Amino acid sequence: MIDGFIALYIFMLAAFVGHEVIGRVPAILHTPLMSGSNFVHGIVLVGAMVALGRADTTLELVIGFIGVFLGAGNAVGGYVVTERMLEMFKSSKEKDK
Amino acid sequence: MSEMISMRSLIEASYFVAAILFIFGLKRMSSPVTARGGIIWAGAGMVVATLVSFLYPDMGNYTLMMTAIFIGGVLAWYSGKKVAMTDMPQMIALYNGMGGGAAAAIAAVELFGGEDHGLVFGTLAVLGGLIGAVSFSGSLVAFAKLQGLMKRNFRFPGQQVFNLLLLAATVVTGGYIVMVHGDINTVVIFFLLALVLGVTMTLPIGGADMPVVISLYNALTGLAVAFEGFVLQNAAMIIAGTVVGAAGSLLTQLMAKAMNRSLANVLFSGFGEEGGEAGEVSGSMKPIEAADVAVMMAFADKVLIVPGYGMAVAQAQHKVWELTQLLRDRGVDVKFAIHPVAGRMPGHMNVLLAEAGVPYDIIYDEDEINPEFPTADVALIIGANDVVNPVARSDPSSPIYGMPILNADYAKNTIVIKRGQGAGFSGIENALFFLDNTRMLYGDGQAMASELINEVKAL
Repeated sequence: MIDGFIALYIFMLAAFVGHEVIGRVPAILHTPLMSGSNFVHGIVLVGAMVALGRADTTLELVIGFIGVFLGAGNAVGGYVVTERMLEMFKSSKEKDK
Repeated sequence: MSEMISMRSLIEASYFVAAILFIFGLKRMSSPVTARGGIIWAGAGMVVATLVSFLYPDMGNYTLMMTAIFIGGVLAWYSGKKVAMTDMPQMIALYNGMGGGAAAAIAAVELFGGEDHGLVFGTLAVLGGLIGAVSFSGSLVAFAKLQGLMKRNFRFPGQQVFNLLLLAATVVTGGYIVMVHGDINTVVIFFLLALVLGVTMTLPIGGADMPVVISLYNALTGLAVAFEGFVLQNAAMIIAGTVVGAAGSLLTQLMAKAMNRSLANVLFSGFGEEGGEAGEVSGSMKPIEAADVAVMMAFADKVLIVPGYGMAVAQAQHKVWELTQLLRDRGVDVKFAIHPVAGRMPGHMNVLLAEAGVPYDIIYDEDEINPEFPTADVALIIGANDVVNPVARSDPSSPIYGMPILNADYAKNTIVIKRGQGAGFSGIENALFFLDNTRMLYGDGQAMASELINEVKAL
């Protein structure tokens, strides 16, 4: 079980990591990074899958289905958009050399 | 029994690996050299976590699950591949809203399930649901605004009091669900209130502030995912959600700071309302022909180009780069000056210029380029407005007073490519357009850039 102070510690440490990761980023990467972090919270898909997998009533099934649909959209869309953005960064970088 | 335990260990171990891949992926994304690899690392983490989640014991409904993943995935893949680079901001808003909606859906299933989560986890489930639902409907409004589906900034007297009451009502309903174990109707009311709150919070915010709002909702979705992760005891969700929540909060603050405004100011003040009559600008706008501009630039020593959202709308970045190459071939020193909040997101202009093939070493930040304006022969402004408005330096009554700007007015000549005579996105008159050394080149950014190219070639 992840609860009580263990949960708080995980929360605190992860928050520090998030803060550190963004801390010294040049402004030009803000948009791709926002897009990238948008992709990372697409992990919500996993939770939605578990919620749908354990749903019993019709109401739960419907909401669970919507949840998985939305989560998959977040993960896939976030990846495609971020990848497209960063691809251009690389090509211009190489052209530079 | 032991098989189930080892299955659980496999799932936990995979989530651990996924969490590490997410963090290192984000870390790599924060440097231009490794950024491309970063998203692939994070993507690998996502694939591992998703695949292993099919192995959870006592789950069913796999057909439904696969169908939902397939439909959602294909639609997002298609829209993400097809969308133009200029429309990226609203797509990020859309996908982010979907994540918030998914978090709210998890909360809804948990709360509808009628299982007692206890005080702590019940509170987390409700909070995650509230934040997720607000992020969902708020992001959809942001998407609609940026997509041009919703033009007006909807405001009415007492709006903030109304929003506050709405928030209070949502929180009270949520508290009731946690404490008294609400029935299905209460839970439905709770989510409806939260969804309406997201809409009414976002409606009054002007389009120029949208980047900050999208970033805020991005951070909120991360937080909602983390909270639901605690409820589901899912370490990957807790860590990824919290990291995004913290990173997103910081990013939001950086963006608000670049506009010299506090987050509260962005969220709660009707931008530009009080500044309506203040700062009357005198003088007139003086038009110029493309041929004259071409001559000015071709025989200049130094030209600074200031792109803004107008360049994105006109899709002019390729033509602008072509023009730049022509000028550089003639020995003109051409540099791009990028304001941190030019466009609809920080770095928006950099992405577009990179797409067109403009090399890094001629693109400069505000701090680096501002001292160069007095020595520039021509400052060419393409579709930028508020970020070059000298009122921000001089007029304390202006709503954008104090915002750092690009000092394009210090250049020897300033050329403004603009579609019409109207004010900018913020609705503020731009004093720069009325200065003696400013000339207006009226027209669409791409059409004007093409004309300039032809004129320079003809010289």
